[in-house]
Amino acid sequence: MDSALIPEGVKRCPLWKFALGIIIVGVVLLWGVYAMFLCWFKGLNQTNMNDAYGFAIWIWADLAVIALGGGAFFTGFLRYIVGKDELKNIINCTIVIGFICYSSALLILAIDIGQPLRGWFIFWHANVHSMLTEVAFCLSCYFAVLTIEYLPLILENRQTDKIPFFHNLSHNLHEVMAVFAATGAFLSFFHQGSLGGVAGVLFGRPFAFREGVLIWPWTFFLFTWSAAAYGPCFSLLVTRIIEKITKKQLVKQNVIELLAKISGWMIATYIVAKIIDTWYWAAVTAPSNGFTLLDFYSGNALYGIWILVLEIVICGIVPACILITEKGRKNKLAFTTAIILGVVGVSLNRWVMVLQVMAVPVLPFESWNLYYPSWQEVATTVLPVAYGIILIMISYRYLPIFPQEKELNPIES
Amino acid sequence: MNKEHKDTKTKKFGMVIDLDLCTGCGACMVACMAENNVPFKEDESNKLDSITWMRVYKLTNGKSFPDTDICYIPRPCQHCGGIGDHGHSPCVSVCPATATDYDHETGIVSQIYTRCFGCRYCMAACPYHARYFNWWDPVWPGDMKESLSPNVSPRMRGVVEKCSFCFHRYQQAKDRAYANGRREIEENEYQTACTQACPAGAITFGDLNNPEHQVHKLVNPDPKHCGRPKNPKAFRLLERLQTNPKVYYISSREWVRRAGDNYIKNESKQIA
Amino acid sequence: MFPFSFEWIWDMSHVVFMGGLWYALSIIGLGLTYCILKAAVDTSQGKGAGHHH
Repeated sequence: MDSALIPEGVKRCPLWKFALGIIIVGVVLLWGVYAMFLCWFKGLNQTNMNDAYGFAIWIWADLAVIALGGGAFFTGFLRYIVGKDELKNIINCTIVIGFICYSSALLILAIDIGQPLRGWFIFWHANVHSMLTEVAFCLSCYFAVLTIEYLPLILENRQTDKIPFFHNLSHNLHEVMAVFAATGAFLSFFHQGSLGGVAGVLFGRPFAFREGVLIWPWTFFLFTWSAAAYGPCFSLLVTRIIEKITKKQLVKQNVIELLAKISGWMIATYIVAKIIDTWYWAAVTAPSNGFTLLDFYSGNALYGIWILVLEIVICGIVPACILITEKGRKNKLAFTTAIILGVVGVSLNRWVMVLQVMAVPVLPFESWNLYYPSWQEVATTVLPVAYGIILIMISYRYLPIFPQEKELNPIES
Repeated sequence: MNKEHKDTKTKKFGMVIDLDLCTGCGACMVACMAENNVPFKEDESNKLDSITWMRVYKLTNGKSFPDTDICYIPRPCQHCGGIGDHGHSPCVSVCPATATDYDHETGIVSQIYTRCFGCRYCMAACPYHARYFNWWDPVWPGDMKESLSPNVSPRMRGVVEKCSFCFHRYQQAKDRAYANGRREIEENEYQTACTQACPAGAITFGDLNNPEHQVHKLVNPDPKHCGRPKNPKAFRLLERLQTNPKVYYISSREWVRRAGDNYIKNESKQIA
Repeated sequence: MFPFSFEWIWDMSHVVFMGGLWYALSIIGLGLTYCILKAAVDTSQGKGAGHHH
């Protein structure tokens, strides 16, 4: 029925199957939308946040999706600026993922603020000294860039491509895409960094606070670096999942391995920097404020030293070792393990830099604050996931996301 | 907004709380809520989402009888001067919409309710938990609305609020002084509600820059060290973080003074 | 965001931050405008009509 919309030369599942999938995920989406409206109309009392836990699961989700969406800017940077041409075969996928992640992040921010109708104050009355202002500006601008990068993909749909104006527009956008990609990389550097800065500048919170250079704390650079390192892991993981579900190979192995290798080296260098940062923080910064490392990892039911080991060793050193070796990349199980660990690792880092920051007591006569989200918070956090799945389903079905699909899966006619 | 009125001296309003006098009665909290139209909930048992601009903490020395000792610490907003005491308070520097501001003329950290859009970054930045979010719309039971103070605007759901050192009282005092042809106000003309309500006289309020004022005499702030007290019995909460608060505490008890900051085990008792 | 909002100060921070912002926005805006205008011109010249992949 919808065959006129499906790209030429590729096979797609029957429409009923596709529609059924959309409906199932759509139900979850509606649940999230319901919770979102509850938060908007009844206020943030629908959440389990409180005055000690002003930043909670949403801000974590926000930081996590932006880090995971980092695959878009970094792959764009590698393809258009560094000139790794093979990556053109996976870049569309990273753009769709990036678009989903960034639109989700903006939506989450719109739900998270107490007065959503005043959200524009962050632009209009901008305090240029606040890391959050930098986040808001760069995030919105980069979302515009991602939309521009996504646009030609939509225009390449079989039906829209028939319209000469759209065909020409898509062609022209491709021509100047390097300029947009460069702008995107510039914006991403700053917003990924400023998200790290959000926690790093908190000199009233010794768990988060880091020294740095000029106005930027070390977390600024670590966040940009980790997003560039781990973002591609998420792009690779999503590609793997799509391949598993569609039961076909969509991207050639050499492309996958190239991106995985770069990601591996980025993780390896990042984790060295992270270890140095952690050591300096534990040995110098925190003690100068009267804290030892163990003060941050004891005296409560959840946050133990295990979290540091999990983040740095299991989700950092291990995936780096797998991805930088050819053997590791070629071994399917090891490769999949590595990219999953990578995704977990960067999400865990963002968790620590948001939720643990809030949990650690600072006043000597206060104790740990632990928090669990309300169902409304869970539902609104699941909402972007459902939305993302739906957008990927639609994009995969109707748009030429994977240029190598036709070649890898010839239809016998 | 660094402009200063040249016809008046720059002030640095601050508070000194004598913990040896404080009985923990909570009169300061009540006075503050009434003065500043602070909203409350029907059920106030969950202190994590109720608003208390002034909050009294109870501390113990952790020893058993007969050595046990307790102390109450009233905690308003500390009106931090930030690192170097230049006005970069932990909260002011992070607010993305310039909704909280450091007044260089008075040293008071303000909160502009109609400008705040409720991102709560300032709350994350404040180590004293002095900032509160309006999780609900304020509801005033019965005709309580009639008794609200007309001098302080009530806040709406979704914005952050905190102690203002009863700034409206400062404005009123200045108005009165100007009407009487004076440019400067007297020490007793501007006092916060909590100061006046304390039955034990534990709270003192005034201009830390003015050597004639009680607060200055009590703690003797050291301008070379961002106002760190020279009085050995005085201390500020979390001094080591360099937030440079304008609220000082006095206690003759060593364990109380030590409870005001974090120390590594076996760390020398006297931190330079 | 604009020099006419009252909290604006002509200091280094504003010049660097807002300069970077407006620079990025200009590139995005100009790039997009160029693409749209060129597409309109191309279309009027008959390009892209009846193409086949």
